[in-house]
Amino acid sequence: MPVQYAGVREEHLAVRGHAGVFDVSHMGEVETRGPGALDFLQRMLSNDVAQIAVGGAQYSVLCREDGGVLDDLFTYRLAEDRFLTVTNAANHDKDFAWLRAHTGGFDVELADRLDDYAMLAVQGPDARSLVAPLLGAGEELPARLRTAELHVAGATALVCGTGYTGEDGVEILCAPADAPALWDALLAAGVVPCGLAARDTLRLEACFHLYGNDLSETRGPIEAGLGWCCKEATGFIGAEAVAAVRAGGPTERLVPFALTGPGIPRQGNTVVGGGEVTSGTYSPSLEQGIGMAYVPAERSAVGTEIAIDVRGKIRSAIVKEKPIYRKDG
Amino acid sequence: MADASYPEGLLYHPEHDWAQIDGETATFGITWFAQDSLGEVVFFDPPDVGAQVRQGESYAEVESVKAVSDVIAPLSGEIVEVNAGLADTPEQINDDPYGGGWMVKVKLTDASEREALMDAAAYQAQLG
Repeated sequence: MPVQYAGVREEHLAVRGHAGVFDVSHMGEVETRGPGALDFLQRMLSNDVAQIAVGGAQYSVLCREDGGVLDDLFTYRLAEDRFLTVTNAANHDKDFAWLRAHTGGFDVELADRLDDYAMLAVQGPDARSLVAPLLGAGEELPARLRTAELHVAGATALVCGTGYTGEDGVEILCAPADAPALWDALLAAGVVPCGLAARDTLRLEACFHLYGNDLSETRGPIEAGLGWCCKEATGFIGAEAVAAVRAGGPTERLVPFALTGPGIPRQGNTVVGGGEVTSGTYSPSLEQGIGMAYVPAERSAVGTEIAIDVRGKIRSAIVKEKPIYRKDG
Repeated sequence: MADASYPEGLLYHPEHDWAQIDGETATFGITWFAQDSLGEVVFFDPPDVGAQVRQGESYAEVESVKAVSDVIAPLSGEIVEVNAGLADTPEQINDDPYGGGWMVKVKLTDASEREALMDAAAYQAQLG
């Protein structure tokens, strides 16, 4: 995926107001199947995997024993005993090795499907209405957080009502050989090609975490604000550590913020009085500097004024509610 | 965004900055190549009037959505004026890098420094 096609601002606003497509084929996939698939994933993933119906999708994190986050993942339940988990590209090999190392005692088969899927994310208020005419006769797009095996522009595809932009839309997984024609069909339908830079500004306005920035092995899901996808009662690896942080309260929390004046915060900027910016950018929707930062828990409440050292200049900012950008707000 | 251009009559620094000398003062900005590499400029952080700048050193920051870059002074001197219009319309740096996108005016302190700068032909040759 290139950083940009026509320009990040234009692409960003196309997704907010119309529809854009991202080639996210670099994302990895791991298939888990067998009679023990559910029990295995319940042990590995932080969320309650039993809650995913066949044809459903769920977000979770993969934790170490100490609660450190190895990756954040979407898992699709393709059949009663068959799941597909989407990994971050940079973590894929690490994730697969970690999963494989923990299969002992489970009647389960793991398959690395990284090379078997291309992935196109079509996002924006017009995304569904532009993709729908490309479907096979009688087929319908899946609802949000649902999946369906469909035909898109003639290609067999797994279509998922998921995304990373804060807009409605679908993610389409297909055979790599079918992807170029599908891409062309989407562009012909009026979908705007979008690059990595717009993907980052869109996800940050929506306050979605980026692994490597906002999530890492040295921090846990509670401090990252991902307690909602951790169900410690399922006994996942790391559950005890996560439960302890939840009970005691984290010492720091990841908060969204916006600068109140000029300037653009960037990853690595320090927060005055403690804390660090893990993601920062210019928001094309709000036309101001925004970001996410880990700050001491006592200064994490919405509305708290914080100060950020942006390369030697102290910029004032305010802790915001998630998401930073809200369609009607 | 305008097509590539490198006007005659300006002097060019290898870090992709231009200077237009008018007697004892000069106007600075960044070249078409620099703004094209940056992408859409969304923020220009100017220096203070009265600040001293040195040839080859950073005197300001310019930011696109995706990155921040230092702006290098092609000549040494004292800032006598900054382009206040860039605060509200930094995109002028993309749209008109040699006109409305000018950044600062500087009272020069070393007339000999201009010998180190290039004319438009030499600068374009360097871009390859």
